Amino acid sequence: MIIVQEAPFDAGAALNRFCKGAAGAGAVVSFIGKVRDLTAERAVTGLILEHYPGFTEKALGGIETEASRRWTLIDALIIHRHGKLKPEENIVFVAAAAAHRRDAFEAATFLMDYLKTDAPFWKKETGPDGTRWIEPAQDDKNARASWTGEKRKERP
Amino acid sequence: MARLLFFGRLRELAGQAKRPLALPDGVDTLAALIAWMKTQDPVLGAAIDERTVRYCINQEICGPETPVKANDEIAFMPPLSGG
Repeated sequence: MIIVQEAPFDAGAALNRFCKGAAGAGAVVSFIGKVRDLTAERAVTGLILEHYPGFTEKALGGIETEASRRWTLIDALIIHRHGKLKPEENIVFVAAAAAHRRDAFEAATFLMDYLKTDAPFWKKETGPDGTRWIEPAQDDKNARASWTGEKRKERP
Repeated sequence: MARLLFFGRLRELAGQAKRPLALPDGVDTLAALIAWMKTQDPVLGAAIDERTVRYCINQEICGPETPVKANDEIAFMPPLSGG
C-alpha cells in the first residue's frame, strides 16, 4: 500500500494497523525517516518536499511491486509526506511483513534504498544561511546500486 | 496545448511549475523540444539537458527520442530525492 500525504502521521498507529492487516506474518520490520536538524554540519530549520501528484504514487507502487517480486512478502507499506516539514518530524514510514525475518529485513532495506534515489520527491532544506536543494548522496547511490541483479548482495 | 511541468531547481529556473506550450512546427520529439527550449532560454535549456535530469511524458518515464504530441504532459525532473 502506498500513502502520499501532506499531513503528519503517527508511526505507531500506522504500524499497529499494518500488523493487524498482515495475517500470517511471523516477521514485521518497520522504518521511520525523520527530518534531521543538522546535515553535514549545517543547521536545518525546515524541509520542503515537492512531489508529482499521480506519478509519485505510481512510482512508489512500482518500487513496492519490485520488492514483492524479489521477496515473499505478506504485505508492504510506504507512507511518505510532502509539503513543509520541521526538524524531528516524520517524513517516511516503511514496513514489510513476511513469514520470516530475512525477507522482511531485506525488503524493508531495499524499499528505503530505492526511495532515497528513485522516489519522485524534491527536497529543499532551509537553514539560517538560506535554502538548498538536496540530491542523493554517494552513499545513497551506492546502496541503491548494490541491489541490482541478485536477491542477496554484499552491503556497501 | 502541451503542458510542461518543472520540479525542484528546474521549477525555480523556469519561474513556474506549469507552462502551457503550443508545440512549434517541427518539434515532434522530446529531443527536438529540448533543442528548441535552448534557443528560447539558454540557461533553462542547458539545465533541462543535464545528464541527471529525467523526463516523463504523460507520467511515463521516457528518453529524448520519444515523440511528443500536442496535448502531452511533459515533466522535467532533477535528481529524485525521497525518504
